[in-house]
Amino acid sequence: MDLTAALSIALPELILAVGALTLLAAGAFAGDGRARLISTAAVVVLCVSATAAARSAYGSAFGGGFVADAASAYAKVAIYLLSAVGIVLGDPWLVRVKNSRFEYPVLILLAALGMGMMASSGDLISLYIGVELFSLATYVLAAFQRDDPKSSEAGLKYFVLGALSSGILLYGASLVYGFAGSVRFTDIALAVHGGTSAGVIFGLVFLISGLAFKVSAAPFHMWTPDVYEGAPTPVVAFIGAAPKLAAMVLFARAVGQAFPGATHDWGQVVVAIGVISVAVGAFAGLVQRNLKRLLAYSSIANIGYALIGLSAGTQEGVQSLFLFMTLYTIDVTGFFACLIALQRAGKPIERLEDFAGLIKTRPGIALALTALSLSVLGLPPFSGFWAKFFVFKAAIAGGQTPAAVFALVMSVVAAFYYLRLIKTMWFDAPAGEAPDTSPVEAKGVAYVAALFTFPGVIPALMLLEPAARLASRAFPGLRP
Amino acid sequence: MTGILSLITYLPLVGVAAILALRAVAKSDDAAAANARWVALVTTLVTLAVTVVMVAGFDGHAVGYQFEERVSWFSGATYRMGVDGISVLFVLLTSFLMPICIVAGWKSINTRVCEYLIAFLVLQTLMLGVFCALDLILFYIFFEFGLIPMFIIIGVWGGKRRIYAAYKFFLYTLLGSVLMLAAILAMASIAGTTSIPDLQKFHFDPWLQTFLWLAFFASFAVKMPMWPVHTWLPDAHVEAPTAGSVILAGVLLKMGGYGFLRFSIPMFPDASRLFTPLIFAMSVTAIVYTSLVAFRQTDIKKLIAYSSVAHMGFVTMGIFSGNVIGVQGAVFQMLSHGLISGALFLCVGVVYDRMHTREIAFYGGLVNRMPWYAATFLLFTMGNVGLPGTSGFVGEILTMTGAYRASTWTAIIATTGVILSAVYGLSLYRRVVMGEIVNPQLAAITDIDRREWALFVPLIVGTLVLGVYPKLATDVTATSVGHFVDAWRVATGG
Repeated sequence: MDLTAALSIALPELILAVGALTLLAAGAFAGDGRARLISTAAVVVLCVSATAAARSAYGSAFGGGFVADAASAYAKVAIYLLSAVGIVLGDPWLVRVKNSRFEYPVLILLAALGMGMMASSGDLISLYIGVELFSLATYVLAAFQRDDPKSSEAGLKYFVLGALSSGILLYGASLVYGFAGSVRFTDIALAVHGGTSAGVIFGLVFLISGLAFKVSAAPFHMWTPDVYEGAPTPVVAFIGAAPKLAAMVLFARAVGQAFPGATHDWGQVVVAIGVISVAVGAFAGLVQRNLKRLLAYSSIANIGYALIGLSAGTQEGVQSLFLFMTLYTIDVTGFFACLIALQRAGKPIERLEDFAGLIKTRPGIALALTALSLSVLGLPPFSGFWAKFFVFKAAIAGGQTPAAVFALVMSVVAAFYYLRLIKTMWFDAPAGEAPDTSPVEAKGVAYVAALFTFPGVIPALMLLEPAARLASRAFPGLRP
Repeated sequence: MTGILSLITYLPLVGVAAILALRAVAKSDDAAAANARWVALVTTLVTLAVTVVMVAGFDGHAVGYQFEERVSWFSGATYRMGVDGISVLFVLLTSFLMPICIVAGWKSINTRVCEYLIAFLVLQTLMLGVFCALDLILFYIFFEFGLIPMFIIIGVWGGKRRIYAAYKFFLYTLLGSVLMLAAILAMASIAGTTSIPDLQKFHFDPWLQTFLWLAFFASFAVKMPMWPVHTWLPDAHVEAPTAGSVILAGVLLKMGGYGFLRFSIPMFPDASRLFTPLIFAMSVTAIVYTSLVAFRQTDIKKLIAYSSVAHMGFVTMGIFSGNVIGVQGAVFQMLSHGLISGALFLCVGVVYDRMHTREIAFYGGLVNRMPWYAATFLLFTMGNVGLPGTSGFVGEILTMTGAYRASTWTAIIATTGVILSAVYGLSLYRRVVMGEIVNPQLAAITDIDRREWALFVPLIVGTLVLGVYPKLATDVTATSVGHFVDAWRVATGG
C-alpha cells in the first residue's frame, strides 16, 4: 500500500496531530491570555477530525498496525465529540478558578489523538503507543490544578498506578508476542486458532489486567475514586467519558480480534472482572458522601456491565458494548456538567448534603440531575435502561445468564445511591443560600445530556443501533 | 378507531404540557395552582370520556386484541398497543379513578401543587400504558417508570416517615422488576420476539418455564402484593397522601394480577400449573394472616392496607383456579376492590383532612356529627366485607366457587377470610363511627361537603351497580377469560 493511501486512512489522526502541534506553538507565542481562542480552535479541530473519521475510508495501513473500519469510525466520532465537550466544559471552569491556560485544550487534543490510535490499533505496538499517548496527557490534566494539593495528589497517583499498569500491559504484550510469534492482531488470531498455549494465556491475562486498569474495572480500580475526587471537575468529565469508551473499544479489539478463537478463555476472565466491578461499584458507592467519588464507583459498576456484555464473546456483545459506552458516556458528561454548573459562594458543590433542596433553588439543574440519575440507575425509558438492555440481552444470549442476573440485582443496590441523590434534591429542605449563576456552557451541556437521556434516546437509537451493529461486524472472528 | 389507545394513554401528557405552560404565564403561585387543578381535572375527564368511547366501541364477543397499533422501532423492538376483554376494564378503571384522585387532593395539597398534579398525570399515562402495551419491552417501560412518580408522590407529599416508605416502595418493587427484566431478555433471545401475542403462542421448554415464571413472579408478587412480600404496602399506604393511596390500591396493585393473567399463565402454562399449589398456599395465608394482622392495627389506613393484601389473596386464588368462574371472579374482584378500597381510603382522607390523625383511638362517635359520612363509610365497609348487593360480594363468591372446584381445602380456608374481614371491618367501623363522642376535639367536626360528595357518588354508584348487575363487567371479560382458560388447559394437556 502506498503512502498516500495510508495517510488518507489515518487522516483524522493527522488532522489532530497537526492541529495539536500548531495550537501548542501558537499558544506558546500568544500566551495564556489567548487560551479561550486556542480552546475554540481545538474544538474546531476535533469537530473536523470527527467528520473526517465518519467519512474515512476503511482499510489497514502501516503494516497492519493501524486499522480503519466501522468500529474505529464509530468510536472515533464519539471520542472526538466527547473530547470537544471536555474542552467546552473546562474553559469556563478554569477561568473561574483563575487557572486559564492554553495547555488545557492542547493536552486534550493529544489525549484524543492517543485515543484515536487506541480505537484504530491493529497490533500490540500501536495499542501500547495509543495507550501511552493518551495516558501521559491525562496524567498532566489530572494535576492541572497545580496549586491544589488534592489535584497534584490525583495526578501523581494516576501516574504511578498508570505506569504500573502500562508495565503489566507491556509484559502481557511481550508474552503474547513471544508465544504467538507476531504483534499483529490478525496474525495472533491465526496463531492461536488451533489452540492456546499456556504462554499465550498468561500473556492474555496480563494484557487484560493492564487494560482493566485503564478502564478502571475492579480489582484494578483503586486509583479511580482518588483521581475523580482530586482532579479538576472538567478534567474528570473528560477522563470519565471519552477515555473509558476508547479503552473499552481497545479492550474489545484486543480480545475480540486477536483472540477470537479463545472466547472461552478470555470470556471467563472478563466476566469475573465484570462481576467484581459491578459488586464493588454498587456496595462501595453506598457509603460515599462526595458526589465525585460516588460517580467514580458508579463508573466502576458501569464498566462492569459493559464487560459482562463483552464477555458473551459474540458480535452482539461487541455491539452492546458500543451502545452501552455511548449512552453511558453521555450520561456521565451530563452529570459532571451539572457539577460544573453548581457552585456556592465560589466553592464547588460536591458533597451530597450540599444538594439538599436543589429542586427549589435550581430547578433546571435539579431536573437534569434527576433525569441523569434515573438514567444511570437504569430506569426505563431513559438511555441508561437501553444501555443495560442491550448489554444484558447480549450476555444472556451468549450464555452469561448468571452474571447478567447478578449484575441486575446489584443494580438495585446501586439504585439506592442514585435515589439518595434524588431524595436529597427533592425531599430535603434547601441547604444554605442558592447556588451562584452557572456558566452557560455547563448548563447547556447538562440540559442537552438530560434531554438526550429522554426523549432524545428514542430517535437516537434508530441511528445508533444499526451503527453499532455495523461496528460489531468489524469483529468477523466472533459468532454473530 | 386505530390510534385511540395511544390517544388515551398520552392525553394526560397534554395536561402536563398545559400545566407547565400556564405556570409560566401565571402571576402568582396560587393562580398557577388553581389553573393546574382545573387543567388536571379537565384532562382526566376528557381522558375518561375518550376511554368510554373506546369501551363502547369494544366488541365483547371477539377473540384477541382490538384497536391494535403497531409501529416498528429499531431492530428487535416494536411499539405495539391493543386491548382485550381483560385489559379494557383496567383501562376504564384507571380513567375512572383518576378524576376522583385529582379532586381528592383539591384542598389538602397546598405545597408544590403543579408538581403534584404533573406527577399524577404522568402516572396515569404510565398506568394506561401498562394495560395497553402489547410488547414486553413497552410494557416494562410503563411498568417500571411508574415507580418514579409514585416515589415522588410519597416522598414529597407524604406523612412523617415518608422517606423510609418511599425508599422501601421503590427498592422492593425494583428488585422484583429487574428479575423480570432478566426473564424478558432471555425470552427475547430465545423466542426472537418481544410481542406479547406471539409470546403467548410460543412454547418454552417446561424446565426453562420454571425459571422464567419465578422471575416474573418475583415482580408480580411484590406488586400485588402477596404474603410474605407485602410489607412495603402498609408503609407506602400510610405515608402516601390520600389520592396516592387511592391510586396505589385502586390501580397499581392490579398490575400484579394483570401480570399473572397476561404473562405468567399464557406464556408459562406448565410452570403455572406446577406452582399453583404454592400460589394457593400463599393466597390463603394472605387471606387469613393479614386479616388477623389488620384486626390488630391502630392506624385506620394501615388496617385498610392489610385488608387490601387479604383481598388480593382472593384474586390470586381465583386466577390460578384455572376455571372460568374463578378467573372471572378474580378480574371482577380486582375491579371491585379498585372502587371499594379507593373509597375507603377516601373515607380516611375525609377525617384525616379535618383532624390530621389516623389513630383509631382518636375517633369514635362520628355518626353523631357526620351522619352522611357514617352512611357512606358503612356502605364501603360492607362492600369490603363482601355484603350481597355490593360488588365485593360478587368477586368473593366467584373466586371462592372457582377455587372450590380446583382445591376444596383452599376454598374452605378462604371462606374464613370473609368472616375475618367482617371482624376487622365492623370493629373498625364501630370504633370510629359508632357510640358517643368522647374526644372533645371531635365536637366541631363537619359532615362531608359538596366536593367530597362528588368523590363518593361515582364510587357508590359503581359499587352498587356492579353488585346488583355484575353482567355489565362479566360480559366484557367473558370471551377473553374463556379463551384464557381454554388456552391454559390445552397447553397443559388437560
